[in-house]
Amino acid sequence: MVNVSDYIIPIIIAVIMTYGIIKGVDVYSEFINGAKDGIKTIFKILPYIIAIFFAINLFTKSGAENFVIKIISPIANLIKFPPQLLSLVIIRPLSGGGAYGVVKNLLDSYGADSYIGRCAAVMMGSAETIFYTAAVYFGAIGVKDSRYTIKAGLISHVAAIAAALVICKIYF
Amino acid sequence: MNKLKKIWFGLIILGIFFSVVNNKVEIVNEVLFTDLQESIELVINLISVMAFWMGLMRIAEKSGLVKNLSKLINPISKILFKEISKAPKALNAVVLCLAANMFGLGNSATALGIKAVQEMQKLNSNKKRATNSMCMLLIINMSSIQLLPLGIIKIRADAGAINPTDIMVPTIITTTISTITGILCAKYFERRGE
Repeated sequence: MVNVSDYIIPIIIAVIMTYGIIKGVDVYSEFINGAKDGIKTIFKILPYIIAIFFAINLFTKSGAENFVIKIISPIANLIKFPPQLLSLVIIRPLSGGGAYGVVKNLLDSYGADSYIGRCAAVMMGSAETIFYTAAVYFGAIGVKDSRYTIKAGLISHVAAIAAALVICKIYF
Repeated sequence: MNKLKKIWFGLIILGIFFSVVNNKVEIVNEVLFTDLQESIELVINLISVMAFWMGLMRIAEKSGLVKNLSKLINPISKILFKEISKAPKALNAVVLCLAANMFGLGNSATALGIKAVQEMQKLNSNKKRATNSMCMLLIINMSSIQLLPLGIIKIRADAGAINPTDIMVPTIITTTISTITGILCAKYFERRGE
């Protein structure tokens, strides 16, 4: 399989560099100036990353998800949601690495080609971490009021879950 | 109290409470002394990527490439990122961030995304409050727009899937549905003035 992602970055670099040279830009000094800003930015987001990492890891490792699962499982049963996937549904918006662990376990216990295994894989690929993204991006610029961002992110997460269940059933 | 503050506080208090209830209070130390170091590793990995993209973007800005590109995507940006449709620097970072996301280049996407919100912040009249464009960019990122879920294909292959890539089409359909849902929600909340 040809990996498109391997080509995208070299192409972008070559185009920007060549265009810069043609237009007479001092590419080297401008690069250095930009890179300086980049490093400053990193130090700005560092405290936010530490803060959110601590909270998320503490929550996911404490076994709190089992409690959340207990609360939502009656609703899950009602709508015939596969109980095996509940843990993934909770972990996915919190932690990418944690969610990978959950998917691996599901693939090992139910089989990579099972309905559960496929649903888990599709859910994993069609969602992102929500709280981490919000903390880092807004942290970097000092925005305090995130307005509807988290709400809309969670709704799209629910849409991804529902779509994954239905599409895996139809497609396979 | 703002939402992130509430969520942060809730996660920590619930985490401590359940680690006590589940009789594994030692995880607090584990998170503090082992996991937090991982977060620093993550940031260190990001330093070079961030510096690189910010440097390259500076060249693109100075050469006028950014201005030309932003004109090209004007029809889409007018709908999704109205406030910044006349701000080439912000738009360009948005486009590259979304492209990096599509191709699964996580660190580059983060770096370019931060660059994009920094540019948006320059045009923001209330520095404490997110603009519509910021919300839109974050929501699109949160709903994932990855076209090649390589990591997942790999763990499926490891787990013995007959055809590890057969989840690609369903994943693209699913992620398209979730992204459209996210965009519609954002537009709806935006109109309601939230």
